[in-house]
Amino acid sequence: MRILSSLAVAALLLNAPAIAQDDLDPATMASQDGEPEVVAEQDDGPLRGTVTDDSAWQDLGIAIAAFATNRDVDTPANAQGTEALGLELARVVYNDLRFNGLFRPVGPDALPRPSYDQITAPAFGTWQGRSAEMLVHGFVRANDDGRLTVGCYLYDVALQTELVREGWVVSPAEWRRAAHRCADLVYSRLSGEDPFFDSRIAYIAETGPKDNRVKRLAIMDSDGANHRFITNGQSTALSPRYSPDYSRIAYLSYVDGNPRIYVYDIDSGRQQLVTESPNATFAPRWSPDGRYILYSMAVSGNTDIYRVRSDGSGRPERLTSGPAIEVGGSYSPDGSRIVFESDQSGAQQCYVMDADGSNQRRISFFGGRCATPEWSPRGDQIAFTHIAGDFRIAVMNPNGRNMRQLTNAWHDEGPTWAPNGRIIQFFRTERNSGDTSIWQVDLTGDNERRLRTPVGASDPAWGPVLP
Amino acid sequence: MNRIAIALTVSSALALSACNRQPPEVTPDPPQDVVANPTPTPTPTPMGPQPGSQTHFADAMMGADTIYFDTDRYNIDNEDMVALRRQAEYLLQYTNARATVEGHADERGTRDYNLALGERRANAAKNYLVSLGVPEARLTTVSYGEERPVATGSNETAWARNRRAVTVMITR
Repeated sequence: MRILSSLAVAALLLNAPAIAQDDLDPATMASQDGEPEVVAEQDDGPLRGTVTDDSAWQDLGIAIAAFATNRDVDTPANAQGTEALGLELARVVYNDLRFNGLFRPVGPDALPRPSYDQITAPAFGTWQGRSAEMLVHGFVRANDDGRLTVGCYLYDVALQTELVREGWVVSPAEWRRAAHRCADLVYSRLSGEDPFFDSRIAYIAETGPKDNRVKRLAIMDSDGANHRFITNGQSTALSPRYSPDYSRIAYLSYVDGNPRIYVYDIDSGRQQLVTESPNATFAPRWSPDGRYILYSMAVSGNTDIYRVRSDGSGRPERLTSGPAIEVGGSYSPDGSRIVFESDQSGAQQCYVMDADGSNQRRISFFGGRCATPEWSPRGDQIAFTHIAGDFRIAVMNPNGRNMRQLTNAWHDEGPTWAPNGRIIQFFRTERNSGDTSIWQVDLTGDNERRLRTPVGASDPAWGPVLP
Repeated sequence: MNRIAIALTVSSALALSACNRQPPEVTPDPPQDVVANPTPTPTPTPMGPQPGSQTHFADAMMGADTIYFDTDRYNIDNEDMVALRRQAEYLLQYTNARATVEGHADERGTRDYNLALGERRANAAKNYLVSLGVPEARLTTVSYGEERPVATGSNETAWARNRRAVTVMITR
């Protein structure tokens, strides 16, 4: 093997600690050590430009070539070996980048395949000839210990310079995470926004007829891969929420015949009630630091919002009172405030209160109803379900101003934010059939697409960027 | 960008013109909605259904086991009172009978709010039964929100049938 010109980088990559195994299967979880490690990063500032003005970005052509390998060898990550895996890695990066409306990527299937040596010394002439402005190269190497080293490089073709590079050591089962990290690297470097592709979604998988629907708790990667059912469907499951560290999922289950929130521990597969109470509990929400869980509880028919420590200690605190329905709730990113819905005005509207329940005030005064508010992880927007005839996904400022509808369908409900606060997922219900599907839309409302799920899908809840 | 904008404009124009040709909101129920759920005929035994059993109760109520609500409402109207009085008479006659009141909402709401609304409706029915003398200890409630529709259409008729509180005997 030729010694790479970027010897220093290669050495860094090889010395990197093991990446964390985040496969949620408890059997493999126990044998894991360490965190995913960023092993090399170049620290230039982002290019100028903003995401909300996407017109300039639409024309940014990014070529994403198949990742090269030093030696085509067997790997559990791909039945055909590391060379085939290199193509798959680039496809994942391509699919991540193509759907957000910022870029015009060209994927590896339409591009020449660079050699291993060219990863650090691109044939810029070739790429200029293809009108590519940006170029993504990468490599994958099987290590002696069975793990994979994946490198990711972003080049400016016109300037013929490297903009950023990074590498990761991953277990074969986690190869897609390396691709998502690469997509995040490119996205962040070019847009100036925070990354979000390397994240997971909890949702409810739906099968069966409308009057006998089976609803199962399920999880998947942000692009729909690594799908897994958590519950078997014998009892209805609803409204999951990942804990901020991805160790637990709070969700509603009818497993004892009544609607109750359980906190499911992913490692052990065990779950416990969020609070011991004979009353119905629903609509669980985590605080950003994971220390509290908000839940809604109906006592003698009257629903209010409560807060309890997620470690089970202490007593639940009631945050709202009065005879109206107060339900849901979503923390501001700093944890100081909560946006929730109440029908105390006669119909569902959105309200904000301090995290201890004080200073409650209504913020939604536009036409229609305001339901399921979710505070953006950036803090600058609140997404919600706008009910005015049809149900649409909309956003507003935290003071209730500048309401904008992002979708237009018969019934769109339940927004959840990407970790960087630039994209929203929600679920869409079809009239009559009741079929559900998860969609995502960017903040312009222009780029909307359906996520592929194995069966019907509702109640998406997007977790943060993986640790 | 421009192409997308044009495509959107064209398609919304099409959608609008299509809408204008439709009669407003009135959609006939699909056939399966009109047919009431056939109650399974009780297996004929010499004794007949056991008093306090769900079958015995449902036979005695002849539809009065269910009350219906307007959109987002949970008040007990005159029609509901008639039905609840029949339920109360039954429960007062068969003093061993225990019941659950199930609260339901239609699909035209958000999931969590519908759970809360189902709680309101179930408790409204329960409270009325208690006011008629049924011991509270013999009644429980559960909300199913929008999760268990009896009518599967997406129209006002179906929604009206799904906004309901159903009293069900607890079999021991």
